[in-house]
Amino acid sequence: MSATLRAASRDALLSALVALGLFGPMIGLLTAPGPTGGLTLVSRPAAVAIAVSTVFAGRLLLLLWRARRGRRAAYAQNRALAEWLNRAGRYVGPALLLGALLLPLTGERYYLDLGVLVMTYVMLGWGLNIVVGLAGLLDLGYVAFYAVGAYSYAIFSTTFGLGFWTCLPIAGLLAALWGVILGFPVLRLRGDYLAIVTLAFGEIIRIVLVNWVSLTNGPNGISGIPRPTLFGLTFNAGGGPGSFADFFGVTPSITHRIAFLYYVILGLALLTNWVTLRLRRQPLGRAWEAMREDEIACRSLGINITRTKLTAFATGALFGGFAGAFFATRQAFISPESFTFIESAIVLAIVVLGGLGSQLGVALAALVMIGGGELFRSFAEYRMLAFGLALVVVMVLRPRGLVSGRTPSVALGARREISAELVAEGRG
Amino acid sequence: MNAAAALLAVADLSMRFGGLRAVDALSFEARRGEITAVIGPNGAGKTTVFNCITGFYRPTAGALTLRHPDGTVYDLERLPGFKIASRARVARTFQNIRLFAGMTVLENLLVAQHNALMRTTGFGIGAVLGLSRYPAAERAAIDKARFWLDAIGLLARADDPAGALPYGAQRRLEIARAMCIDPVLLCLDEPAAGLNPRETDELTGLLLRIRDGGCTLLLIEHDMGLVMRVSDHIVVLDHGRKISDGDPAAVRADPAVVAAYLGEGDEDEAEPVAEGIAAPEIAAPELR
Repeated sequence: MSATLRAASRDALLSALVALGLFGPMIGLLTAPGPTGGLTLVSRPAAVAIAVSTVFAGRLLLLLWRARRGRRAAYAQNRALAEWLNRAGRYVGPALLLGALLLPLTGERYYLDLGVLVMTYVMLGWGLNIVVGLAGLLDLGYVAFYAVGAYSYAIFSTTFGLGFWTCLPIAGLLAALWGVILGFPVLRLRGDYLAIVTLAFGEIIRIVLVNWVSLTNGPNGISGIPRPTLFGLTFNAGGGPGSFADFFGVTPSITHRIAFLYYVILGLALLTNWVTLRLRRQPLGRAWEAMREDEIACRSLGINITRTKLTAFATGALFGGFAGAFFATRQAFISPESFTFIESAIVLAIVVLGGLGSQLGVALAALVMIGGGELFRSFAEYRMLAFGLALVVVMVLRPRGLVSGRTPSVALGARREISAELVAEGRG
Repeated sequence: MNAAAALLAVADLSMRFGGLRAVDALSFEARRGEITAVIGPNGAGKTTVFNCITGFYRPTAGALTLRHPDGTVYDLERLPGFKIASRARVARTFQNIRLFAGMTVLENLLVAQHNALMRTTGFGIGAVLGLSRYPAAERAAIDKARFWLDAIGLLARADDPAGALPYGAQRRLEIARAMCIDPVLLCLDEPAAGLNPRETDELTGLLLRIRDGGCTLLLIEHDMGLVMRVSDHIVVLDHGRKISDGDPAAVRADPAVVAAYLGEGDEDEAEPVAEGIAAPEIAAPELR
C-alpha cells in the first residue's frame, strides 16, 4: 500500500509540476489596464495554487482508485457494463428516437435550432463512424467531404437554379467521388501516416475553396442559397401563394421552416443509421470490420483490400456530402470558415467518445458534446474547460468510448456482446 | 507418389531481400490430393516460399504454376495478391494466428466466404434495399460454416468471439476459415506449433480429412512426428535451397537432411550464420 501511495504521489507531483509550468503563465499572469492607461501585469498566485493543487489531488485520487480496482476486475466490469448498456440500449435508442421525433412539438425556436445542430453532428458522426469505427481508417479530414457537399449544393443551386432535393444526391455523389480520390493515395498508409494525409486533404480542400475565387467566391463565401421545399411548397416567413402556410391554411411562422429543416436532417441521419446497420450485416460491412481486425488475413481470404477501403471512404464521404448539402441549405450562406480542421476534430471526438462502431454511442456523444456544450454557454470562458474535463473523465472511465463493445452481425443462437478488449481499433 | 498430376509446380523460385537470398532456385511439385510437407531448420526460407505462393511476396525469379483439376492454369507469380485466394483458390494460415479476434467464430467463417456472398448482393446496394438473392446465399454460407465448425468441434462456440478461444481452437478455426474459400490448395504454416499432443492428434485427423475431401495440402511443420505421419511427400530446405525431396522414408534416410538438422554444415556452408544458432531448438527428425 505504502509503495503504491509513494509511486502515486510521485506521479501526482510530476503532474502538478507540469501543471505549474503550464498554468503559471496562462492563469497566473493577467494583463489589465493600468492606472496610467497602459497595460500592467497582475499576478494571481492563488488561482495558480488552486489549479495546481486540483491537478495534484485529481491525479493522486485517480491513481489510487485505479490501483485499488485492479486490471482484471476492470475487464469484468467493462464487460458487465457493456452488456448492461446493450440491454439498456434497447430502450435508450427508441426513447431517444421518440424524443427526437416529438421535439418540434415544443415549438421553441431555441430547442429546434439546437436540435438541428445536434442532428447534423449525429449524422456526421454516423458517417465518419463507417470509416473510423467500422473500417478502422483514421480520417482527420472528414470535414472535406462536408465542404464538398455544401459547396456542390451551393454552386449548383445558385448557378443552375436546381432545387435542394435534386442537388442532394449530386452533392452526396460528388463527395463520394472525392472520397475515392482521397482513398487512392492513402491505400497503403496506416495509422499516423494515414491521419496526416487525411488531415492535409481536409486543409487542401479548404484552401482551394478560399483561393478559387471564380468558382467559390473565395473567403466571401456564397450567399442566397435557396431553402428546401416540401414537394414544391416554400417556407416563406410572409406566407404568400405556393407557401406551406398558404396551402395548409395556417398562420405563416418561421418555426415551420425550422421544424421542417429539423425533420429533413432527422430523416437524413436516420437514413445514414439505417444504411450503416444494414451494411454491417452484409459481406461489405463484415469485410470492413474484418479489415479493421486484420488486413493481412483479409487478403489471404481473397478480399480485395483496395475496393473494400475505397467503398468505406466513399460511403462515409457520401453521408458527409449529404450533411454538407443540408448545412448549406440551412445556413443559406457558406464560406470556407465553416470547414476548418476543428470541425473534423469535433466529429472524430464524437465518434471516439461514443465508442468506435457504436451507433447509439455516437448519437449520445453528439448529444452530450454539442447539446451539452450549448448548455454550458452560460459558463462563458469556463465552457471549454468543462468540455475538456468531460472528455478526460470519459476517456479515463471508459477508454473505449461511452458504448464500447461490439454486437455480432450474425449468430446461430443469441447475439452476445463482444467486450471491447477483444475488438481491434484498427491501425489505419 | 504414383503418377498423380502436379497441382502446383514451383520452378526455379528465387526470392532475394537486398543481398540475402532467402530462397535460391527452388523447384518442387505438390501433387494433387497429397499432403506435401516443406521442412527445414529455422530460417531455411520455408515461410518465404509460402509467402511467394500466396502472393504476399513477389518472387525475384521463377515460376509458380497452379493447375486446377478442371485444367485451368494460373501463374501465381503474376496474380495480384488477393486473386490468388479468390481466383486461383489457394488458401493459407499463418504462423502467428491471424483471426479476426473481435468477431465471432461464425463471422470469421462468413468473412472467408466474402466473394461468394458479395456476388449475390448486387454491389451491396441490392442487399441494403432488400432486393437481392442475399438472404438465401447467407443461409447457404452459414450452413457451410456450420459444417466446418462441426468438423473442428467448435459448433458450440460459434457465437463466441474468436479472440476468446483457447489457443488450439484458434489454430483449428484458422484452418476452417481457410477451408471456407473452397481452396484447391491449402498452405498451412506450422499448424501444430504450440499444440499439446492430444490437440496434435486431432489436427492430424483434420488434415487427413481435408486431404480425403480432395484438397491438396502444403504444410510447413517442425513437429516431425506429425510430418512423418501425414505427409505423402516431403521437401527439405536449408539456406533457401532444396537439399532433399521424396517420400518420408527416403527423406528420413537422406544423409544431407541429417547433416542439416544436426548442424554439421556441409563444405560450402562452413559458417552457418543465423541458422546455426536457431537449429538446436528444433527437434531433429526421428532417425529410427
